[in-house]
Amino acid sequence: MVPLSYYLMLSGILFVCGVLGFLIKRNIITIFMSIELMLNGVNLSFVAFAARWHALSGQVFVFFVMVVAAAEAAVGLAIIIAVYRTRETLNVDRVDLLKL
Amino acid sequence: MTQNPYLWIIPILPLAGAAINGFFGRQSSKRAITLIALFFCGAAFAMALFVAAGFSSASAPYYCDLAHWLRSGSFQVDFSFYLDQLSLVMLLVVTGVGFLIHIYSVGYMWDDDGYYRFMAYLNLFMFFMLTLVLAKNYLVMFIGWEGVGLASYLLIGFWFIKDSAAAAGKKAFIVNRIGDFGFLIALFLMIKHFGSLDFTRVFSAVQTMPTETAGVGLLTAIGLLLMVGAAGKSAQIPLYVWLPDAMEGPTPVSALIHAATMVTAGVYMVARSHAIFERAPTALTVVAIIGTLTALFAATIGIAQTDIKKVLAYSTVSQLGYMFMACGVGAFSAGIFHLMTHAFFKGLLFLAAGSVIHGVGGEQDMRKMGGLRVYMPWTFMTMGIATLAIAGIPPFAGFWSKDEILWKAANASWVYWVIGVATAFITSFYMFRLMYMTFGGEYRGAPVEAAHGDDAHGHDDHAAGHGHGHGDPHESPWVMLGPLVVLAFLSVVGGFVGYGHHFEHFLAPVFEQGAEVAQETSSAAEKITEYLLMGISISVAGLGWLLAYLLYSRRPELPARIAARLGGLYEAVVHKYYIDEIYAALFVKPLVEGSATILWHGIDQGGIDAAVNDSATAARHVSDNVRHMQSGNLRSYAGWVAAGAAVVIGYMVWMGVR
Repeated sequence: MVPLSYYLMLSGILFVCGVLGFLIKRNIITIFMSIELMLNGVNLSFVAFAARWHALSGQVFVFFVMVVAAAEAAVGLAIIIAVYRTRETLNVDRVDLLKL
Repeated sequence: MTQNPYLWIIPILPLAGAAINGFFGRQSSKRAITLIALFFCGAAFAMALFVAAGFSSASAPYYCDLAHWLRSGSFQVDFSFYLDQLSLVMLLVVTGVGFLIHIYSVGYMWDDDGYYRFMAYLNLFMFFMLTLVLAKNYLVMFIGWEGVGLASYLLIGFWFIKDSAAAAGKKAFIVNRIGDFGFLIALFLMIKHFGSLDFTRVFSAVQTMPTETAGVGLLTAIGLLLMVGAAGKSAQIPLYVWLPDAMEGPTPVSALIHAATMVTAGVYMVARSHAIFERAPTALTVVAIIGTLTALFAATIGIAQTDIKKVLAYSTVSQLGYMFMACGVGAFSAGIFHLMTHAFFKGLLFLAAGSVIHGVGGEQDMRKMGGLRVYMPWTFMTMGIATLAIAGIPPFAGFWSKDEILWKAANASWVYWVIGVATAFITSFYMFRLMYMTFGGEYRGAPVEAAHGDDAHGHDDHAAGHGHGHGDPHESPWVMLGPLVVLAFLSVVGGFVGYGHHFEHFLAPVFEQGAEVAQETSSAAEKITEYLLMGISISVAGLGWLLAYLLYSRRPELPARIAARLGGLYEAVVHKYYIDEIYAALFVKPLVEGSATILWHGIDQGGIDAAVNDSATAARHVSDNVRHMQSGNLRSYAGWVAAGAAVVIGYMVWMGVR
């Protein structure tokens, strides 16, 4: 049996990878993928705790997260396409219309 | 106490006139303005006559509760009016003389650009003065008290383009504020100790106070504070300095406000509060001393003035001193009697002086007048009557009232009497000096047209003379002479109401002790003394006349030589004993400079402004640095979010570990 701490370590590493990717990368697609990575890092800790404590709610929660993430992916990709069509770039540093 | 539902109408009428002329006067024709101003003032006079006709001593005093004002626990103040013998006399004097001066003003101010403004102010003044006179409690009286101060300010500074007029208005207002401060403190003391400001309730509370206890100190304090207020409004030492400067206003204003009515408000207030003063002998003595000193002091300044209105101004201060002297020796009815006759003859003197100024084209310096009796016979005659009246020559009005005061003063102390008689001598002298310089001898002024061209606006301003093609002084139109004649008639006969103590008996219900004093005079020895004193005061007045005749008619070169001989003393009198300069050095300059250095540069600029400005600068510096956080770069925002989350999580972890 793999100890809980291993799952949590992996979950943390995945999450930090997602955060770093989110902060460092400029390509909007990569950033989007980093967000997914963070979500899945969190999902991993949910299921790990659910298995450890034999509580079903954690697993159910993961399904909710997956559903929301799928919806988000659809909306997010649509936005990305719209951005690309208007600005012809995927670099987030160039998408700065709100800047003074 | 009887209810009289008409009382409130009297003050409201002039207020309506003031409102109509004030709001719509700019667009209306002068004829309409005149009609409205005279109608509402005349209606107030008619209403006063109507009320007077229904007045009976049996059912007096009358009252009229108009509306509730303040209700706070047991303390209450209402808008209510009150009419007894004292306020009836004041009411008739104010409305009567006021109406005459309104008529006069039509002629005097007709060509002024601010005609509508002037008439509106005059009506406004009437409203406040009537409120003051008819008030049933001290607070309503205070409304009128402040209101006449406002009207006085507006009218002194009527020609506000002239710096001196604006400054004189401010001076009058500020000096009056000092007096009002005393008045207010007295009111606060009354509220604290009597729980009411209603005349009847305060006075009955005063009467039931035991004399021996601490009440004496309280009443003395209230009395002295009321006197401070009266000294401010009625131009007594040490607050008289504003009245001579107030002559910057148009002459009808000087006549109405600064001679006949407003300045007597202090006397009225002291007489109204007689119940307080009678139980505070110290305060009463102070009133008498201030009055006596002011009478003499102001009269001596009047000797050396060359501006015709300034002479009359100092004369007013001096005559008001007489009234306070009378109140101070307990002869309130004599003081009110003199107030009434003074309103007639001093109002007349000012109006006649205005007529003279009008006639010679705006000149006020008596040295440039002379010989006017030929050109202005009516003005000469009426002003002559007023001069005889103020000098105390029988049977004119001033003789009766002044003699009454001197007789009462002699009963109190011979010092008052001596100073009073000396003042009577000086009064007679400077008034006949004025007459001889103005009307006697030959005309010394420039031709009138030239005077108009040069400085019609530099002096008491009006342009009515512009249309006259000749160079001689001219008589005023009848709209101005009419009031002169009426007032002259009153100056002749006005004193006879005092004959046989009629006036005193009429006022006796107000001043209860008055009746007793009148009966005391019946003993034979006292009758002889009274006639003796009367003879002395008449001969003194005659002497003053004689001296003025010798110096200013027979030997006109003599006064200059005497002045040169007196040297420093004469200089001091010409400069009004340097009182204005002393006040400036003692009070005005320290106050202005102290305000500038400590309050302005120190506290305001150094403290308050600095605090505001520095906090603004600090906020800007902080923002300058913080704004770099909002770069507009999406990833830097994400970084801040991550950093914030890290801090929160770190904090929670740390808390959990601990």
